Order: sequence, then structure tokens, then C-alpha cells
Amino acid sequence: MTLCLPEDIYNLVIDHLISAYPNEGAGFLIGKVLDKQRDVCMILALENEWETNETRNRYKIKANTYLEAESTAEEHGLDLIGVFHSHPDHPAKPSEYDRKLALPWWSYLIISVYEHRVDHATSWVLSDNRDHFIEELVNIE
Amino acid sequence: MANIQIPTPLRTFTNGETDITVKGNTVGEALHDLTTQHAALKQHLYNEEGKLRTCVNLFLDGDDVRHLKGENTAINAESSLRIVPSVAGGLIYSHTVNMSKMQ
Repeated sequence: MTLCLPEDIYNLVIDHLISAYPNEGAGFLIGKVLDKQRDVCMILALENEWETNETRNRYKIKANTYLEAESTAEEHGLDLIGVFHSHPDHPAKPSEYDRKLALPWWSYLIISVYEHRVDHATSWVLSDNRDHFIEELVNIE
Repeated sequence: MANIQIPTPLRTFTNGETDITVKGNTVGEALHDLTTQHAALKQHLYNEEGKLRTCVNLFLDGDDVRHLKGENTAINAESSLRIVPSVAGGLIYSHTVNMSKMQ
């Protein structure tokens, strides 16, 4: 599977995550799924809704926000195809905590942000048996 | 027979169907019927202890069942249940999670 993002949309993602630094930022990826490719057509840059002061290493998107996002996707004839979030001052590798809370099928785009600049991006899909993440290609064009 | 709406990431386990008709007199019975019809959903709704995962929210006619009687909440044929995920993660815990490259 390959996650494809137009460069202008990718720039919106990194702008949001840099503005959230040093906290984790997050949002939804909305687009279309083709055979072995997911095309991101738009994003929803969201507020980190984690309730305590641990937002440097936690993010949360609440259920009501999910509902609004799913409606937005459907209004555009698209699907919610994944989530993006940042790992401030850490590599863009999913943590065990990411895995435990992950949903299947979605792309989890993780972006490493160091000192207000993006280091690198990776994307992952939860395995069907939930016991590991599978890395997918990220194509920014 | 009640109705359960399936969120986008779980539809891969319901053959793409967004609404599933289920039997049962409670939320728990409806979920049991859902996971009987679509067994692969079970591990994504329940954790290893058989409890609903914390990221799985159930709305009954718009109300979060945690504020009602949870899985014991009564339903009827007109009931509309909706599975709504909350999404969370973060970089605490080690980075030793199992990973592999997609083929």
C-alpha cells in the first residue's frame, strides 16, 4: 500500500504539526482508496483533545470530533482513510501505545518534528491480528 | 431487530456495509450478534480481557451508553446504535513495537 499526498496538502499537515510543537498535533486524512494506493484529497487539522497536560507525548481526537469528520468526508464523497500525528523530538516510529489504540485499515501517518522543523514522515497500517504495524510507502508529489 | 452503524475503519470487516441489522434486547446482546455475523470485528471491539476497548464508544440514539447502563442498556427494534471510535496515541512507551514492511 502507498499513501499518496499532494505536496500542498502535505505542507498543510506539517504547518499544523509545527504549530503544535512542542506538543503532539493530529488530524484526519480524507481521501479515496484505490487498489494498492490511498490518495489523500483533504485533511482536517484538529486540536489535540487529550485532557491532561501530557500533550507533549499524547494526542486524542474525541468521539464527537470523529463523527463530524466522518460526516465531512461523506459530504465530499470521500472516506476517512487515516490519521496523522507528530512525534515531537522523537523518530517517526509508532509506539506500543500507538499500536494498542490503533484502528484497523487506516493509515497512520507519523511525522517527526525536531525544534520546529520536520525531520521525516512514515506511515503505518495495523496488522489484522493487531500485533504489529506494517509500514507503507509515503509518496509526496 | 435493531440497527448498528459501523465506522469507516471497521467496514473492511463488514464487506463495506455501513449498517448492520442485529438481534438482541440489550446493547451487549446486539454487539454479540454483530460479532457473530462478522467475527473478525471482535478483536477490534474487545480487548484481551473481553472488555470493550477504551477507544470504542457506543451511541444509542445519540446518547453515549456509558452514561446509560453500558452494555446492559435496553434496546428495541427501533433502536439505532452507532460505534464511534475515539482516536488516540502518542510516543510514550518504548519504540520496540513489532513492525514490518508492506510487501
